[in-house]
Amino acid sequence: MKKFLAFVNKEIHHIFRDKRTLLLLFCMPIVLVILFGFAITTEIQDAKIVILDKSNDPATREIKNKILSSGYFKLKRVLTSERALEQAFQEGDTKLAIVFEENFYQHLEKHNMATVQVIADATEPNTASTLTNYISAILRDYQQTRQVTGVMPLQIQTETRMLYNPRLEGAYYFVPGVITVILLLVSAMMTSVTIAREKEFGNMEILLVSPLHPIAIILGKAIPYVSIALINALTVLYIGYAIFDMPLTGNLGLLLLECLLFISTSLSLGILISTVTDTQQTALLASMLGLMMPSVLLSGFIFPIESMPTVLQWISNIIPSKWFIIISKDIMLKGAGMATIWQETLILAGTTVLLILASVAKFKIRLE
Amino acid sequence: MNHEVAIRAEGLTRKFGAFTAVDHISFSVEKGEIFGFLGANGAGKTTAIKMLCGLLQPSGGKASVGGFDIFRQTGQLRRNIGYMSQRFSLYEDLSPYENLRFYGGIYGLPRREIKPKAEAVLKKLGLWEEKDQLVSALPLGWKQKLAFSVASFHEPAIVFLDEPTSGVDPVTRRQFWHMIYEAAHQGTTIFITTHYMEEAEYCKRVSIMVSGRIQALDTPGKLKEQYQVSSMDEVFLKLTR
Amino acid sequence: MIQVAHIVKSYESTKALQDISFDVVQGQLFGLIGPDGAGKTTLFRILTTLLLPDEGQARVGEWDIRKDYKKIRKQVGYMPGRFSLYQDLTVEENLSFFATIFGTTIRESYHLIKDIYVQIEPFKDRRAGALSGGMKQKLALCCALVHSPQVLFLDEPTTGVDPVSRKEFWDMLKNLKRAGITILVSTPFMDEASRCEQIALLQKGKVLAIDTPKGIRKSFSKPLWSVNSNTDMYQLLQDLNRYDRTASAFTFGESVHYTDRQEEGISEALRQYLAQQGHREVRIQPLEASIEDRFMELMSREDEP
Repeated sequence: MKKFLAFVNKEIHHIFRDKRTLLLLFCMPIVLVILFGFAITTEIQDAKIVILDKSNDPATREIKNKILSSGYFKLKRVLTSERALEQAFQEGDTKLAIVFEENFYQHLEKHNMATVQVIADATEPNTASTLTNYISAILRDYQQTRQVTGVMPLQIQTETRMLYNPRLEGAYYFVPGVITVILLLVSAMMTSVTIAREKEFGNMEILLVSPLHPIAIILGKAIPYVSIALINALTVLYIGYAIFDMPLTGNLGLLLLECLLFISTSLSLGILISTVTDTQQTALLASMLGLMMPSVLLSGFIFPIESMPTVLQWISNIIPSKWFIIISKDIMLKGAGMATIWQETLILAGTTVLLILASVAKFKIRLE
Repeated sequence: MNHEVAIRAEGLTRKFGAFTAVDHISFSVEKGEIFGFLGANGAGKTTAIKMLCGLLQPSGGKASVGGFDIFRQTGQLRRNIGYMSQRFSLYEDLSPYENLRFYGGIYGLPRREIKPKAEAVLKKLGLWEEKDQLVSALPLGWKQKLAFSVASFHEPAIVFLDEPTSGVDPVTRRQFWHMIYEAAHQGTTIFITTHYMEEAEYCKRVSIMVSGRIQALDTPGKLKEQYQVSSMDEVFLKLTR
Repeated sequence: MIQVAHIVKSYESTKALQDISFDVVQGQLFGLIGPDGAGKTTLFRILTTLLLPDEGQARVGEWDIRKDYKKIRKQVGYMPGRFSLYQDLTVEENLSFFATIFGTTIRESYHLIKDIYVQIEPFKDRRAGALSGGMKQKLALCCALVHSPQVLFLDEPTTGVDPVSRKEFWDMLKNLKRAGITILVSTPFMDEASRCEQIALLQKGKVLAIDTPKGIRKSFSKPLWSVNSNTDMYQLLQDLNRYDRTASAFTFGESVHYTDRQEEGISEALRQYLAQQGHREVRIQPLEASIEDRFMELMSREDEP
């Protein structure tokens, strides 16, 4: 036990003496959550638009009212000809133009079909797609209030999927995803990199020759990072709560327990990586490409799983992050208890046991 | 024998904060000379070499290498020197031929010249059969010889060798020295550091650095005479203790 | 104390060790002498149970390297070639860390490391990364000794270290030997070989010879001559290599070590030849062979088919 403590102590020294990594470890969660929270999901308000209404009938008036009262848009001016369109965009601050065709209302009544043209300034593609999305949502809404049967094919170019916030959800919806990424980063990447460092500097040879059990080496590596990961999770939760009004409807204790479970999963992934890599560089690359990328892209953190191709949906099932995101969202936002999330928890626990068994089997008491 | 000066240093100094790594060293090396630059670990050898190669700015003093000021004419300086370090600068995942072609290319040799020249070098090294193998598959001794050929491929006036022979067998080491002699014979100036004191005897003159200063500079024979010992090893011990 | 019998070890394409056998007696200072790629590190890893040999047997003490690896690991001190300690821990922290994981304390084994430790003690609060090469080596040796091992494995402890520190290091080994520790040490420096009691010359995974340093020197097969002249070395060597009676000519410091193809009248004929080539002040003296001479002789014999 004394040997083990000496090892943990040494690890803590490593962490606290490397000021840059230390800074990274503690600041990264804060930066990430604020980045996702503010920079990327900020809703657009008072975007300047111009309108060319060739009909000016009850239908177009109603739609215009809806658009301008939504709070997203501000009318810059009303145009009278199509020639003025280009002029309006060249002024630079016009984000969007809406053009109603002639006899809009009649077309709607007679053919159930009318055309609205939405022209967006795509120099800022994200803003453009957000705005066109808002417009199409408003038009859909209008359609529903008219209770028209059948489809009303409004000819609008709309982007159905959006890059950063496809669900158009509030900032705090990102918190579970950010926690997941951070736990993975700290636990898996840091453990695999530090174990690789022991190998690179030739220290692993001495440790193997020492009476220290290999399991003790690994646990000794893991324990400091478990603590850091937990502290990070709490930091992110607090920022989400304090800055983004994120609700925590479920049990905090349960959430932390689940965090601990996911940390174990990540650690065993990190250890598995370290058994097959010999240098810090390869360990870093392997954890970045093998863990971070899928976790960011395929876990439902950024892109909704439902809108992925079937193959990717299938692959997403083997990504532990997916299950942890579901669990943490359920606890934080829906206030779910064990009764709801036991399946996901079981999947995570099972994965962890498998990974630990695999890395124990792979971990060598010798050098090859 | 002409007495052109290849390297001249006057009061060359480099400080890192409060620590003076190189402390007012002055010496000159003649064209075609093999100059041994010795010193204990941390005596400032590497810092001095980096300055002479124009990789590190001196904090004081001046020096010229091949007639170029190391401070102001780094561009011309680098075209006229070759450098080979302990961890030779060969690309392990390229073949010997590709390595030569690459270095020839970055030193601006015309493409037409590179090919016949590279072929001549490979034949001379006895590496012709292996010219398309990857460097990583070559034995250490051959890598060293190749690294030296790469460092002198653009026919620099001066070649800096930083502990080039550590870890090779005695025969290969002598073959390596044979290459050095040959280059010096053809007028290339050789500036070399080594931990093998016996190799110091192969140099025409040696300097011994102790904590940033040059403590002794002469031919091995005269140094031994001066300190009344029979080997360079003992000269070194007497000076650094 | 260490028995190695017919050890064979191959990596993918290279044969790292080919049928290596030798014995090290208790309390002996045994040297493995050879250049990089001779197989020294592989052999050390096999003896410290970090690698398994493909064939052959080896024992450290009374323990077999395959079956009793746990016992061996407790009894040996090992200093790997690349070993560079924990750079971000201080000298003292490094030492006490290694003491603790081996289940001991610095105080308990102080008698053993005292002579070495006093030299680095003034820097005990300095980070290991900031030590000079020689200091690092001393600290690494302390770390390998801190659990009072019976056998010490030192893989190229003097590589990259300046001659002064190297000399000090060998003096320390001599003291340790006095304390009864069996030491197996490897080095690419031929001149260090004479510091050992028994040496094995290794080249390309094969043992070229095993003997005392004196025995190795005596086994040089031909009369050896030291040759020099007032002309420069390059010229002398070239002329000797062109001489039809030359069996071998290698530079050694300021002279050339020379052997002749014939038995008789060597120095007279050589003197005459060199004079013809324009050499003045030619000195030709009989010489006792060094370990390096013998190593090169054995090497060239290996290379012949």
